Amino acid sequence: MPILELKGISQEFGGLRALDSIDMAIETGEIFGIIGPNGAGKTTLFNIITGIYEPTQGEVIFNGGNINRLPAYQVARQGIARTYQNIRLFKKLSVLDNIRVGRYGVTKNGIFSGMLGLPLARREESQTMAEAMRLLELVGLYDRRWEYADSLAYGEQRRLEIARALALNPTLLLLDEPAAGMNSSEKVELVSLIRRIREEMELTILLVEHDMNLVMNICDRIAVLDYGRRIALDTPIRVKNDAAVIQSYLGVEA
Amino acid sequence: MFWQQLLNGITLGSSYALIALGYTMVYGIVQLINFAHGEIYMFGAFAGLFLVTVVGLPIGWALLGAMAFCMLLGVVVERVAYRPLRGKSSRLSALISAIGVSIFLSTLMVIIAGTNPRNYPDIIKISNYQLGAVQFSSLQIIILIISAILMIGLELMVRRSRIGKAMRACSQDIEAAALMGINVNRVISFTFAVGSALAAAGGVMVAIYYNALWPYMGTMAGMKAFCAAVLGGIGSIPGAMVGGISLGIMEIMGVAYLSSSYKDAIAFAILILVLIIRPQGLLGQKIVKKV
Repeated sequence: MPILELKGISQEFGGLRALDSIDMAIETGEIFGIIGPNGAGKTTLFNIITGIYEPTQGEVIFNGGNINRLPAYQVARQGIARTYQNIRLFKKLSVLDNIRVGRYGVTKNGIFSGMLGLPLARREESQTMAEAMRLLELVGLYDRRWEYADSLAYGEQRRLEIARALALNPTLLLLDEPAAGMNSSEKVELVSLIRRIREEMELTILLVEHDMNLVMNICDRIAVLDYGRRIALDTPIRVKNDAAVIQSYLGVEA
Repeated sequence: MFWQQLLNGITLGSSYALIALGYTMVYGIVQLINFAHGEIYMFGAFAGLFLVTVVGLPIGWALLGAMAFCMLLGVVVERVAYRPLRGKSSRLSALISAIGVSIFLSTLMVIIAGTNPRNYPDIIKISNYQLGAVQFSSLQIIILIISAILMIGLELMVRRSRIGKAMRACSQDIEAAALMGINVNRVISFTFAVGSALAAAGGVMVAIYYNALWPYMGTMAGMKAFCAAVLGGIGSIPGAMVGGISLGIMEIMGVAYLSSSYKDAIAFAILILVLIIRPQGLLGQKIVKKV
């Protein structure tokens, strides 16, 4: 069973059709890439999956259940986490606190329990700390855990955003242009990080990306969007040689 | 004389601080100046009076009851007057809605209680003490202790509890917070509840301290507390505390050393001065750090 299925998704903004009957199914455990020129509807699709928009038409099925109408926070608690094209960290919280916020949906302790440091809160807090430390090690930010998020270098902020998303214990991770603005050595690190995450955490990863080499290199399958339509969905090699794709997208870039 | 005025100033200032916290917390999360907040404070004072005189509760329970009532009132106001506008229309419409709620609540209280000032019956035995040149009453001490407990409790909640962490996250990026599994609407309701409870506590204590309450008491108190919040740096919780207490001290000092006819003008003059020199408020830099 696919972990995520999109069936006939359309999204209109005041008569403008941003997405037109998009169908795709993401299989559990794969790294799935979505590419397409600017304005093709990639980020809109992410916003629909994460519950920020409700699609005008169509269904989003996650683990067999329809999540169209769920508010964003419930989608997150069901196990879909994301990062943003423009980094959206809690800038004035420490690196560590950014990750701890990500644990919000996982923990349960109440107000007084937290204020007074009662057993439930303390137990959850120590779990949260252990998990946070593990994630900080994973993304290589352990030494900078007390600094404000906005004092990190750009590439580090991107990695922190990934760690924060992972703190939700997601089964599906959405990465919105994770390599945007990175230099080539940062990109190499990113690729190995994404691979490690998939293996260590048994995740399914859906990513939107402009960097064609990165996408071809890392993804198991790729969907190509153009003006809100899905014009291809296949393995990287086949997509690379697809006539429609070359004409609308690769031809311009490559 | 100086120490006496300082103590009086801190007492007055801690009530400003309690109200200012509600403004600053709500602003920190939804960027709304909740102009109805002063009326919540007024309702708190009346709810306390009702519980003491009609229901016959002891003052401590009446204080808690007034806080609980205003929690509910604050949540209802947010639900009815602000939430339907959120995200759909501009911030300005929420501001207008807040002004409308403010007028509605004070008019409602005029209908319920009339315009004549009322006062709490002599329920607390107030004894006076003398320490050197400073005179103080048991009431002042109680007000200071209760304010301190509430503010320390709030600070602990924001720093250490799970919902506090969610509030800090919401104040920085509300959409990203939602995608972290935080129920943003619940955090907002909670913020209104806590802010309103603090205002109610302030209302009851001020009404007893100055021995008067009336339906329009929230207007000036709300304005001053708003000044205090801006003075401290709007959005900053420690800022509201510092802003409230320093405003109280400066106001009392102004009355003592200048003239009592300028009492209300002093708060606003200070606000203007501070904003010219330090537009972000006293602890403004810490806005996002702390809330």
